[in-house]
Amino acid sequence: MEELLLSRIQFAANISFHILFPTITIALGWVLLFFKLRFNATGDERWLAAYMFWVKIFALSFGLGVVSGITMSFQFGTNWPGFMETVGNVAGPLLAYEVLTAFFLEAAFLGIMLFGASRVPNWLHTLATFLVAFGTTMSAFWILVLNSWMHTPVGFEMRDGVVHATDWWAIVFNPSMPYRLAHMLLASGLTVAFLIVGVSAYRRLIGDRTKGVRLTLKTGAWLAAILIPLQIWAGDMHGLNTLEHQPQKVAAMEGNWQTSSHVPLLLFAIPDEEKRRNAFEVGVPNGASLILKHDPAGVVPGLNDFYADDGTVFHPPVAPVFWSFRTMVGTGVLMLVMSWATVFMMRRKGGVDALNPWLLRGLVAMTFSGWVATLAGWYTTEIGRQPWLVQGVLTTESAVADVPAPMVATTLAAYLIVYAVLLTAYITVIFRLARKASDTEGTRPHSGAAQVALVPAE
Amino acid sequence: MTLFGDPSVWLPLAFAALMGISILVYVVLDGFDLGVGILLPLGDEDEKDRMIAAIGPFWDANETWLVLAVGLLLVAFPVAHGVILTALYLPVAVMLIGLILRGVAFEFRAKTSGTQKRRWNQAFFAGSVSASLAQGYMLGLYIMGLEHTPASIAFGVLTAFCLTAGYGFIGATWLIIKSEGDLQLKAIRWARTRLWGVMLGLGAISLASPLVSERIFDKWFSFPSMILLAPLPLMSGMLVFIIYTALRHLPARDDKWAWVPFTATAVLFFLAFVGLAYSFYPYVVPEKLTLYESASAPESLFIILLGALFVLPVIIGYTILAYTVFRGKATELRYD
Repeated sequence: MEELLLSRIQFAANISFHILFPTITIALGWVLLFFKLRFNATGDERWLAAYMFWVKIFALSFGLGVVSGITMSFQFGTNWPGFMETVGNVAGPLLAYEVLTAFFLEAAFLGIMLFGASRVPNWLHTLATFLVAFGTTMSAFWILVLNSWMHTPVGFEMRDGVVHATDWWAIVFNPSMPYRLAHMLLASGLTVAFLIVGVSAYRRLIGDRTKGVRLTLKTGAWLAAILIPLQIWAGDMHGLNTLEHQPQKVAAMEGNWQTSSHVPLLLFAIPDEEKRRNAFEVGVPNGASLILKHDPAGVVPGLNDFYADDGTVFHPPVAPVFWSFRTMVGTGVLMLVMSWATVFMMRRKGGVDALNPWLLRGLVAMTFSGWVATLAGWYTTEIGRQPWLVQGVLTTESAVADVPAPMVATTLAAYLIVYAVLLTAYITVIFRLARKASDTEGTRPHSGAAQVALVPAE
Repeated sequence: MTLFGDPSVWLPLAFAALMGISILVYVVLDGFDLGVGILLPLGDEDEKDRMIAAIGPFWDANETWLVLAVGLLLVAFPVAHGVILTALYLPVAVMLIGLILRGVAFEFRAKTSGTQKRRWNQAFFAGSVSASLAQGYMLGLYIMGLEHTPASIAFGVLTAFCLTAGYGFIGATWLIIKSEGDLQLKAIRWARTRLWGVMLGLGAISLASPLVSERIFDKWFSFPSMILLAPLPLMSGMLVFIIYTALRHLPARDDKWAWVPFTATAVLFFLAFVGLAYSFYPYVVPEKLTLYESASAPESLFIILLGALFVLPVIIGYTILAYTVFRGKATELRYD
């Protein structure tokens, strides 16, 4: 039992650390392509400056994503051999396609994208930027296909306790895939939008008045303001899909114990699994029924439907799912308020220059808000799948490796220390890069070599 | 699917071959950039920057071959993946943390200066060394049949140091191609001293593997395979001689022959790998699990193969493109 818990914490730590960086690179790749295309079209140096600044952060994030991703492919074998033994026939090809089509595309063209601008023709550099962005997105696609299949497995049959694929089309386009993919890609877009806005706001606050910073602040703010309503809509659709396929997860998200109609939307509560009820409930009457069934009298499933009289529990642990869900939604609402306020203030007279310094400080504080929402969202859906590893097919407990608990504890401690150091260094370096760029840009023009190399083709 | 006979025979074999190629390419390519990391403290501040620049555009893609190799083990031989990696739990963790450290140090050192940069240089070195040692240890333990006896652990420690010397060696031969002047002279000296470690490692593995397993002994030392296999050790000996001679005479005028040590080393690694593969076939977990017993279902393997056949030529194509774009002596690495 102890090794199960430790292995779960270790896997959670590894994948949480890993997901931070793809969340940035998936969307930042496309933003870089946008900067590059704007520069190609207008020849405006500011777009190139934006590209050159953000490509450094892309490289840093990509490096962290690669090394933490390598850890993932080993974790299956070292800690979870039962996973591939049981569902390897489905998970294998999907993981293989992830590595083949995506990983290589990114890693190989990244070299040209980062260091090749003066060595290859401009069109090839633009193409490399596109292929890297495309590669990261394909990477996300295949991984989300597999993850979604673990939530809503279809297209297979069991032979001797092992999953065999029968319909690949059904496996790839499994019921929860489109919703999860859209939700994650939008999450990446929002994470990057707030990162760009936050860093640009920081540069404004330390006195950088260059046009380039004004441009990136505007780009990021508009991106955030457009994506957040889309994300709220996509999240709602995803929730309805989960209600259909994993009602026990939605019951935990809502903290609803008894299946009934007129279920309130709980704003606060302390779920108590011992007594099987909530303490200190504060809720909006009929709220959950309205959101989930679009009808105040709608029937919302309760956790007690997934609880046997002998005390066996078939639903996820309630409190972590309940609270991660509220963290995600709360961050989302804050994102909506901040991005719309910023866009509204920018459209007044004075534009970016008239922005209130307190608004800018708030935006700096929200630089990594995308990470908070993304992690909280993943905790909701992944803890919400427990006790299953693959819904209805394989339990988490039966997949864990027989590694002694002290050994897992040792490696877990080592990983956590490394991750803490790296995360601190990552955030520090991003703000240092911002300070450095603000110190040099404006006083010194861009290097001559870059200008010669990157003049767009007529 | 019956085109080549029984798919439950040729598919696992095809995947074992693909996995073998990935491991080999990984050992040569990431070998040289891990090696440069191992040699890093030997250069002065300015040389350190040039040493890093010599591997800058390549290391990401190089490391991806490890993901592909382990990925193939994972997807094609899932049972073996579990058995091997559970047995190698600690060295795998050491290697991963080493790879993480060096991978990020690469990015961080370029964005800092002074004490900070020196610290990331140290992290880059420490990460490269611990990843190499861990890989060497795993190789030794694998040859000894994944048993944790004092003898196999001792052998693992020996191969750990030999593989680290080997990576340092191939790193030095890479620097001979990518550098000039003093750094190139230094690289030639580094390669000369490490050649002995390479020879010790090759010798130790060649002796140990037939001694550990009677089956492997019979495969090598029975008639007529002994004669058919003779070219393998003979060619290896010849390559060592070529490398030795080249290192004594380099650098040549107009930088001729600078590519010889690296190329010869790559071929040497290839031969050593073929020898190992021949020894262990058909086992993927030594003496316990054959690749046929641990393979995924043929239908799943076939799906992966389709993707692999489509993508592999593309991968090879742009690997060549990347190496062509960044050919020649390493220059200062910058984002433009």
